[in-house]
Amino acid sequence: MDERPEEHPQTRALHESHWADHGGGEHLLSQLVAHLREHRTRLQEEWSQRIQQAHLLTAMTPQEMAAETTSVYDNYVEVLETGNVEALQHYARDLSERIIPRGVETHEVVGIVLLLRDVLARSLFEKYQRDFSRLNEVLDAYEPAANRIANTVAVSFVDERERIIRQQQDAIRELSTPVLPVRERLLILPIIGVLDSERARQLTEQLLSGIRKHRAKVVVIDITGSPDVDEAVANHLVQTVDASRLMGASVIITGLSPKIAQTLVTIGVDLSKMNTIGDLQGGLEEAERLLGYTVTRKEGSTSS
Amino acid sequence: MNGGPALVSIMRQGSTLIASVHTALDDSELVRFEHDLIHQIGEHRSRGVIIDVAALDVIDSFAALTLRRIAEMARLRGALTVLVGIQPEVAFTMVRLGMGTGQVPTALDLEEGLALLAAHPGAGTDSTERDARPGSTP
Repeated sequence: MDERPEEHPQTRALHESHWADHGGGEHLLSQLVAHLREHRTRLQEEWSQRIQQAHLLTAMTPQEMAAETTSVYDNYVEVLETGNVEALQHYARDLSERIIPRGVETHEVVGIVLLLRDVLARSLFEKYQRDFSRLNEVLDAYEPAANRIANTVAVSFVDERERIIRQQQDAIRELSTPVLPVRERLLILPIIGVLDSERARQLTEQLLSGIRKHRAKVVVIDITGSPDVDEAVANHLVQTVDASRLMGASVIITGLSPKIAQTLVTIGVDLSKMNTIGDLQGGLEEAERLLGYTVTRKEGSTSS
Repeated sequence: MNGGPALVSIMRQGSTLIASVHTALDDSELVRFEHDLIHQIGEHRSRGVIIDVAALDVIDSFAALTLRRIAEMARLRGALTVLVGIQPEVAFTMVRLGMGTGQVPTALDLEEGLALLAAHPGAGTDSTERDARPGSTP
């Protein structure tokens, strides 16, 4: 994104030299823009129809689509006129921000811009059909500008999309894996949500430093809240258990879902050293037994 | 073996030997350490050995192998070896590279290691208990 402002004067210069080569280019372009402004309603209508025929932007209501197509059309013509891509970039990013949450795909956005380019090109063919050399000149002026617009919109859309993905990844990372001391020398590690390799790595790091910090002897990892693990993560989990053992802590894994149990068995990881117990309650009871705690209810107390 | 100051201090505490590794050892220093330790087990009639590797931020495959060999030799000479103080990063790297400690018990730190030996019959630091056991001399 940082490169574009630098790139821009260059393309602008290219643009201008292009006009210089084809004397009267500015004139042609203003003619072109005037033509597009004049037939705005008709061309926009045609464009909207083609969008519908191509089944694009189905996630939007007709009203929304009419509003968006109008503003895209106006922006498009304006960029053709001024050659200023920055405003378009800004608009495209803004548009992407609005439509990405509604499930609009990259191919749809690129598709509608290309459709608009084609609709406008057709109208130029129609207008200049009697004068072939003039048509060529007009297309020479039109095509590079139109392609650059399509390019800019696509890039802005993808940039915006990537920004959202990055934001979400950060959010996921912040849903950290807490290491909680429950009793002296006993830690629990509840894992909620899908474990990917990045989270698994983070988990290992936090668990091993947690063992040292709290001088833990027993760790209960509860994966009730994790629906699935893949092979790499399962292996990582087994390695974490081994590494904990090297640090003198024994690990009890609880809440293995049937699916995860199946994965672990299928990939053939060595489970003989894994101490697994059905649920978190059982795991805590076992941990207390290992540590020599006995929990008794005080006489006379009522829990319900 | 080779000269120079020892990079491992081996201390006697009752019937336990505590070997504290101060810095990363190269292969010949590891061999020297192995040699010294095994000798001292016989000399002091030790029943337990604690090897403290808390100062190491790297344990390579030869070091891991040597530690396992020391433990095995110590067992043959009648002492139980506990490895203590493995750093979190070292622990995970060792596991990743598939170099576990085999049958050698591990503990968090020196204190835990001593507790583990004390809990183990015959390897505890109580010398009267040891002497009371018939045929306990290696």
